[in-house]
Amino acid sequence: MSNPYQALIVERHKHPLHAGRPTQFDAQGQGANPICGDAVRVYVSRAGMDVHYEAEGCAIMNASADLMADAVEGKTPEQVERLHRDFEKLVTTGEENHELGELNALAGLAGYSSRIRCATLPWSALAEALHHV
Amino acid sequence: MVGEAMSVALESFNVEAAREDFPILKELVHGKKLVFLDSGASAQKPRAVIDAMCHVMEAQYANVHRGLHYMSEKTSDAYEAVRGKVAAFINAASQDEIVFTRNATESINLIAYTWGRSALKPGDAVAVSEMEHHANLVPWQMLRDAHGTELRIVKITDSGEIDFDSLEQVFADGKVKLLSITHMSNVLGTYTPAERLAKFAHERGAKILLDGSQAIVHRAVDVQAIDADFYVFSGHKLYGPTGIGVLYAKREILEDMPPFMGGGDMIASVTYEKSTWAKPPFRFEAGTPAIIETIGLGAAIDYVNAIGLPAIAAHERMLTEHALATLGNLEGLKILGRAQDRGGVISFVMDGVHAHDIATLLDRQGIAVRAGHHCAEPLMGRLGVTSTARATFALYTTLEEIDALAKGLQRIRQIFA
Repeated sequence: MSNPYQALIVERHKHPLHAGRPTQFDAQGQGANPICGDAVRVYVSRAGMDVHYEAEGCAIMNASADLMADAVEGKTPEQVERLHRDFEKLVTTGEENHELGELNALAGLAGYSSRIRCATLPWSALAEALHHV
Repeated sequence: MVGEAMSVALESFNVEAAREDFPILKELVHGKKLVFLDSGASAQKPRAVIDAMCHVMEAQYANVHRGLHYMSEKTSDAYEAVRGKVAAFINAASQDEIVFTRNATESINLIAYTWGRSALKPGDAVAVSEMEHHANLVPWQMLRDAHGTELRIVKITDSGEIDFDSLEQVFADGKVKLLSITHMSNVLGTYTPAERLAKFAHERGAKILLDGSQAIVHRAVDVQAIDADFYVFSGHKLYGPTGIGVLYAKREILEDMPPFMGGGDMIASVTYEKSTWAKPPFRFEAGTPAIIETIGLGAAIDYVNAIGLPAIAAHERMLTEHALATLGNLEGLKILGRAQDRGGVISFVMDGVHAHDIATLLDRQGIAVRAGHHCAEPLMGRLGVTSTARATFALYTTLEEIDALAKGLQRIRQIFA
């Protein structure tokens, strides 16, 4: 079973690029996992699909949120929706998809069904935010 | 130090020989030897239990208490013999004081639903502690909402022990009629002083219910010495199968309790107008019971008795001391709770590393621990954490496994440093 803790995951958990609440944003969405207490709030500025987040949770969720913010930058809501679908497929099947770029670092989660929700939580929060835009 | 501790254990019983009794311990996980430190959630099963259950199905099975034929009588005898074994195991005065349920959770729900609604009046209070499993909290909330009883919480100290000042306060107005409390915390490993608590409750006109789900596995329990009114536990943590649990209650209490569920086996007579109830324990066992699982529980008790709980307790005490010393020395790791009287349940948190990351990374090394709130969310709030990782020990746990855990945790610490 492949390692869900690739160096990139640990790196983004320790040194996130998009963490923190921005001063201005157009919408926000949140996600919570009552089983482990993980919680994430995602902030979106529509111009350029600029995404930031505040997260309290495990390394998988934190890194997933950070890599998500990278991946969606400059995309349209429709493209984000498609990325979300492809990402869910990646973490459930473990089949890498070159269009997902660095998100493929989370493919190793496929063997850990109890942890998949950690990675998809920020994406659900982003979908909720985009729903409000 | 490890060698010295090991020789003490060998005097008690041979752990390596006992491990041979548990087929699953030979399994590999992610290509590594399984280090199973999650027995507090559910223990592994010895060959004797597996064989006993297979034997019932292969050679000696029929429904119990009703067939006038050979197989039914033999099966009924085997089933009822387990009631006697359970009674002896916890030193109940009579096997009629042993009610079979699905698990400890069902036992507590049964008490809340039947005794709670008949013996308690609206305005009476039930007291639980801050370190209860949800199974000993939610049924009392449901009773409160349905029946108008009050639910009170006894505080714990920072070391994870019952706060007797808080207990005094909770009982001060005389409204508490039941103290329902864990005999051993599934998070902190604390043993509660059962005899002292029973005396405390009885002196104030209250009954005591002890949730023995964790305690029953690690120490000999004597319900008469404790003077427990109710004692509950599950078979699956005691090396037995799932689906079988125990409710002990004093005979006079059971006599006065109305039934829980209606159906076959629990009646004395039935007409369209009216039914009358069977005597305890059958009054509380409606429908075909978990026959195979009950016989499996009997085999588990025989297995534990053959090794002896004093020897198991001595072994686990050594493991716990070793774990507290070894894990306590790891940088950035904090063990929760430091009760004077504690057993082999150790919860911990690590600076900057979420409990679920710890569990997944240990799993990759073949080490199984539990992570989360351990069905004790209010306690997590009291401890100021959202989740912990937890290692729990069993009779088959070795010092080497604890060292493997410590090494695994060190590795995780390096990854996240």
